[in-house]
Amino acid sequence: MSVLDSKIPEGPLDQKWTTYRSTVPLVNPANKRNLEIVVVGSGLAGSSAAATLAEMGYKVKVFCFQDSPRRAHSIAAQGGVNAAKNYQNDGDSIFRLFYDTIKGGDYRAREANVHRLSEVSGNIIDQCVAQGVPLAREYGGLLSNRSFGGTQVQRTFYAAGQTGQQLLLGAYSALQRQIGLGNVQMFARHEMLELVTIDGVARGIIARNLITGELEKHFGHAVLLCTGGYGNVFFLSTNAMGSNVTAAWKANKKGAFFANPCYTQIHPTCIPVSGDHQSKLTLMSESLRNDGRIWVPKKKEDAEELRSGKKKPSDIAEDDRDYYLERRYPAFGNLVPRDVASRAAKERCDAGFGVNATGQAVFLDFQFNMKEKYGRAEATKKGISNPTDAQLKALGKDVVKEKYGNLFDMYKQITGVDPYEEPMQIYPAVHYTMGGLWVDYNLMTTIPGLYALGEANFSDHGANRLGASALMQGLADGYFVIPYTIGAYLSTEVSRMSAEKGKSDSIDKLKTQHPAFDAALQNTQAQIHKLLSIKGTKSVDYFHKKLGKVMWDKCGMARNAEGLKVAIKEIQAIRDEFWKEVRVTGEANELNLELEKAGRVADFLELGELMCMDALQRNESCGGHFREEYQTEEGEAQRDDAHFSFVAAWENKGNGQFELHKENLEFKAIKVAQRSYK
Amino acid sequence: MSSGNMNLTLKIWRQKNASTAGKLITYQVADISPDMSFLEMIDVLNEQLIQKGEEPVAFDHDCREGICGMCSLYINGRPHGPKYGITTCQLHMRSFNHGDTIIIEPWRAKAFPVVKDLVVDRSAFDRIIAKGGFISVNTGSAKDANNIPIPKQNADEAFEAAACIGCGACVAACANGSAMLFVSAKVSQLTLLPQGKPERKERVLNMVGQMDAEGFGNCSNTGACEAECPKGISIENIARMNREFLVASLTKKEPKNSGGGAM
Ligand code: FES
Repeated sequence: MSVLDSKIPEGPLDQKWTTYRSTVPLVNPANKRNLEIVVVGSGLAGSSAAATLAEMGYKVKVFCFQDSPRRAHSIAAQGGVNAAKNYQNDGDSIFRLFYDTIKGGDYRAREANVHRLSEVSGNIIDQCVAQGVPLAREYGGLLSNRSFGGTQVQRTFYAAGQTGQQLLLGAYSALQRQIGLGNVQMFARHEMLELVTIDGVARGIIARNLITGELEKHFGHAVLLCTGGYGNVFFLSTNAMGSNVTAAWKANKKGAFFANPCYTQIHPTCIPVSGDHQSKLTLMSESLRNDGRIWVPKKKEDAEELRSGKKKPSDIAEDDRDYYLERRYPAFGNLVPRDVASRAAKERCDAGFGVNATGQAVFLDFQFNMKEKYGRAEATKKGISNPTDAQLKALGKDVVKEKYGNLFDMYKQITGVDPYEEPMQIYPAVHYTMGGLWVDYNLMTTIPGLYALGEANFSDHGANRLGASALMQGLADGYFVIPYTIGAYLSTEVSRMSAEKGKSDSIDKLKTQHPAFDAALQNTQAQIHKLLSIKGTKSVDYFHKKLGKVMWDKCGMARNAEGLKVAIKEIQAIRDEFWKEVRVTGEANELNLELEKAGRVADFLELGELMCMDALQRNESCGGHFREEYQTEEGEAQRDDAHFSFVAAWENKGNGQFELHKENLEFKAIKVAQRSYK
Repeated sequence: MSSGNMNLTLKIWRQKNASTAGKLITYQVADISPDMSFLEMIDVLNEQLIQKGEEPVAFDHDCREGICGMCSLYINGRPHGPKYGITTCQLHMRSFNHGDTIIIEPWRAKAFPVVKDLVVDRSAFDRIIAKGGFISVNTGSAKDANNIPIPKQNADEAFEAAACIGCGACVAACANGSAMLFVSAKVSQLTLLPQGKPERKERVLNMVGQMDAEGFGNCSNTGACEAECPKGISIENIARMNREFLVASLTKKEPKNSGGGAM
């Protein structure tokens, strides 16, 4: 039997969560006050969990590396948040959201977790509206919805192109309220650098005060990692500059298995790379695919002339344009899931049809819908019978501006090109990581007392996440799942505490005085000392960029066994060089941004290798993991359910050795099929 | 296009920590591309400094797409630089010319002490929010979202106020170092929505009280905050907050000092 026990409750799928909730052990209010919970990360998952647990009466400490919890990278999510409310009366239901998510994830997610996610999705919207989150509304005063990729219903709630910002500020306000009430202690500009375990159980963390450089010991009866994803292993991604894997990686080294690290999401609509100076990539929301049509020229000559600047997009006649998503996937068209859209763009560019100087871009064009969809509708409303082309455009432009104005402005700011006049140029970029720490149904990792929430865990999105589902999952985990599931563990802590009450050396008496905290602190100190003492010749960014290039070329949108084997060797070499040649300026006992980066890159250099190992063992294509050897004749991903219908959970054995454990995935409510969006 | 054709002189505020004095130091950067963002230009300088074994310039930044509110540079005497409606991370070098001298300083305000170089401490903002920038609703107690219809216009106006990213440019722009635009944006958002009505009086009194306690200056209606706000937060919010404050002060029964309506 597998060492992995997913602890999925018995009973029919749609009853599991209800039954669980009414039978999970509770912790009484008096005991809650004696239980301390450490929450690392203040994004949607972290803030919502911390606020809710504090409301329930637990003593909570929250850590974030930014100067304020409000800056966590959830803030940058643009498009929306899914919920099975069926407000549009278009046939949506909990089952349909569940089904879309499992199918969208290419049948590599756990049924029970995803069903629970769908069940609580509606509560999220209720909670956010009650908090004063200004979601978009219709004229009648009710909430508005839009469509997202991989679905045929409108279930995405949004706040212009700033949904993540508004939801995070909602969770942040709930968190600040608890801080004001004294129920949460906030540690901003603090970074977790080590997990402390005692007898294999999570008991706290070592955090560095980023202003003074001091290493601090913090005790907790439970530790929640809400630390986001690891997309920055690629150097260039849509993640914030500080997003990192360090907390999760330190946990992996202490015994928390890391699941499906090779499942990374490449987002199809990002602004293309413009040069070597590039420090990050900017996403253009998926919602743009509602109204933007993606195309490249049909003729190579046209593509060449676009690249050299001899032709403008408007010089290409309608008949000479290849709307390749509409051609290949007539049922979903431009709204196919992200992995499918990304691969299709790469396929066209690799075939020589890319449209910018580097050949790595396709068009996202709004002209047609601006004029024909919105312009015409407005003209009819206004009673203009024979509108001219210019009139249609002017009328349609106002509608487009209202829907996407901030995104269009952002595009123009970055590229200097006005997307109302010319099509946007886009190309796929790393955006999200479906893999993460392995968790059971309770969101507990393989270390008792250590939990992972939101993007930091692996559980809900399988091999590909659908748009507008990340916000849903982060908030579901924080507001509605962990407040129940943590009780299952903390109630056992209460019994342990009362059993050990008389002992002078009990964990609860010693807390951070326990020798395990000193040992962990010394480890951390040693690593910092080592990084500062190398005094090599190359900057941290030099290594990060080098790693990123290997990852993008060989473990990016398409992978093959040969390339992955080479990548593993290359990453090992970069890592060796890093530990000999890195130059980290400054001191340990001050604000030192280079030191912070160095620690994060050191961890990425280990994780990158594991990602390649994982991609190499998975001899199939699924979702965001596309192995070139495994594709259908039409170039679609080809799964191998007989051999790979499992979660790959990696145990860190130290010294770069990992052992693979498998959790078999069973599908009872859904018929597993080849994913088709045709 | 990796290297461009602009050479620039930078005068940058360097300060070791909060307790030492700082000064402007001059640096040269060459081959800057107009496609670079302003922060990428500083990345180039920092790479140069590291190569020489000197300490790179410390500055705050994270998302680099204009939404987290972490970047905070005072460029040529203006918060977030010469362009309107954007943050520093969205400013691109095509807004500058070959041969320019650019002065880069931290936010300057009594309530935002310098931590190091260009990094300042804006935690005062969080403490103001903790005093009342919320609606007291515990998780799980909410009714169906569509039970509260809200006129689109109110929802849109609330959204516009809620678009504040908490960067502090308004404070840096203000001669008095006032935080009125920041505080009023949150007060407005919650006042405009029916959900926010029950706590409106306590909220405005508590938040304004904390704002004063943090040492932010008074508002003298010059409008510099609105002009420099990267998210276009309107100064009308300040007028709304003043009205709210007046009504609340005139009708308050007894002083409340709690963090606001625990349930
Ligand atoms: S770095 Fe996030 S707003 Fe500038």
